[in-house]
Amino acid sequence: MLDGNAIGGLLLDVFGTEMTAAEGVCGHCGTPGVLAECEVYLGGPGTIVRCRTCKGLQMVFVEIGGVTCVDLSGLSSLTAGGLTT
Amino acid sequence: MARTAVRRRLSWQLATVTGVVDETPRVRTLLLELDDWQEHVAGQHLDVRLTADDGYRAARAYSIASAPGEPPSITVERLEDGEVSPYLTEVVRAGDQFEVRGPIGGYFVWRPEDGGALFIAAGGSGVVPLRAMLRERRQSASTAPAKLLYSSRSIDDVIYRTELGEPDHGVEIVHTLTRSQPEGWTGYARRVDAELLREVAWPSEDDPRAFVCGPTSFVETVSAGLVELGYAPSNVRTERFGATGGR
Amino acid sequence: MSVSRDFRGRRRHEAEPGRLPPGQYVTDDFPVLSAGPTPHTSLDEWTFAIRAGEESTTWTWQELQALPSETITTDVHCVTRWSKFDTTWQGVSLDVLLEAVDQDAPYVLAFCDGGYTTNLPIEDVTDGKAWVAFAYDGEPLEPEHGGPARLLVPHLYFWKSAKWVRGLVLRDEDEPGFWETYGYHMYGDPWREQRYAGD
Repeated sequence: MLDGNAIGGLLLDVFGTEMTAAEGVCGHCGTPGVLAECEVYLGGPGTIVRCRTCKGLQMVFVEIGGVTCVDLSGLSSLTAGGLTT
Repeated sequence: MARTAVRRRLSWQLATVTGVVDETPRVRTLLLELDDWQEHVAGQHLDVRLTADDGYRAARAYSIASAPGEPPSITVERLEDGEVSPYLTEVVRAGDQFEVRGPIGGYFVWRPEDGGALFIAAGGSGVVPLRAMLRERRQSASTAPAKLLYSSRSIDDVIYRTELGEPDHGVEIVHTLTRSQPEGWTGYARRVDAELLREVAWPSEDDPRAFVCGPTSFVETVSAGLVELGYAPSNVRTERFGATGGR
Repeated sequence: MSVSRDFRGRRRHEAEPGRLPPGQYVTDDFPVLSAGPTPHTSLDEWTFAIRAGEESTTWTWQELQALPSETITTDVHCVTRWSKFDTTWQGVSLDVLLEAVDQDAPYVLAFCDGGYTTNLPIEDVTDGKAWVAFAYDGEPLEPEHGGPARLLVPHLYFWKSAKWVRGLVLRDEDEPGFWETYGYHMYGDPWREQRYAGD
């Protein structure tokens, strides 16, 4: 089990910008955190991102027919470009 | 000219292997040449994608081992039952090509202008992005004090051993060898714990910037330990390495 | 497409014609792929339940172990394209468990520790097609492979063989489980290559 750093390329592809430093607020427990520190499960039918604190499902990426389908409903907010240094 | 993250979609491009360096029995550095290489920031990684002749694909992320300005290289550890690492460490040779995408990452990065007393902790192959940071520090003539705490199983598993054996001025390297030690070893000989951290880490009053990289259990122990010592959580950045589900 | 010289991915070997579903390759590995952290439920707390409406029929671990079980040797097929031949399991047939339940329904939803779910038609978990498996390759099933017990439904893609299974809910409607909600096929027949919804 890895962290959000490992999906930096996927996030860049999907969002069009660097997202590992983006801050998300967990929709389940309200804990804020950068995507780089989330739990990431790779290699299965899809890529799963979970809150490190409560293990709640935050994001799901599934590639179907060359299109990446994204579900972000486990985040109550996501803000890109937060950290600069 | 300031280095900034370029906001454009990164596409896959072909990298040519120009050389290989066997760092340890299980670890190999691949020196790469790319047509369209955007200079990276120390700590960033490359995605590597391999394609079999039947179209089957596998992709993995590998930290860039070189400093910005040097020819790009990645250092790969061969994982038992891995799908990609055995290929990269045993089959690939100079002249081979594979697709890469990158550089990627905006969180686990250090730029000299970030300054700070740098405390970097590596578990096994977690040393790779941290070595890029040390090389960048040297290249930019940064005077930020830097200390690397490096946990390895044995002396034979120490990656970049010669380079780390001659640290730059202002850089201190502390090894701990967790499984076996050479005769006469007087250094640490156990897994990093709170006490070891207390002895080694920069005091929190120095407002240090910490980067911790390696297996998840190592990262959890060290990052929690640093916060316990008073490090600001936002100044402890982490990157977890491990297998991508293969067994 | 840029082919990487001599890259083969997971160790593969050849398969006799007709044994491998379309788009699959054979491996000797047993990849560990999960959607979440490995749960660790103690056997004291573990139960398997079949729920139908308000009613629930439950077995403790000891009660499950006391039921007749079988050794199953079968091929399994993961939607991520790897197949593994001649895997051996030990488990209790769902026929045995469903026999103890009065109710009948056209569909089931399997539910698991950690929140994973998957849906199946009742006829795909009866007549010797499905088990609650608690041993693999002669050993107790390891947590990372779904232990203490997982569903085993080898004629469908392996995402239907839910790890850490804790029970079934009998349903009148076929409602999508976890992966089905994210675009995977409701049924999942590897021989018709039903990977995604609409296949």
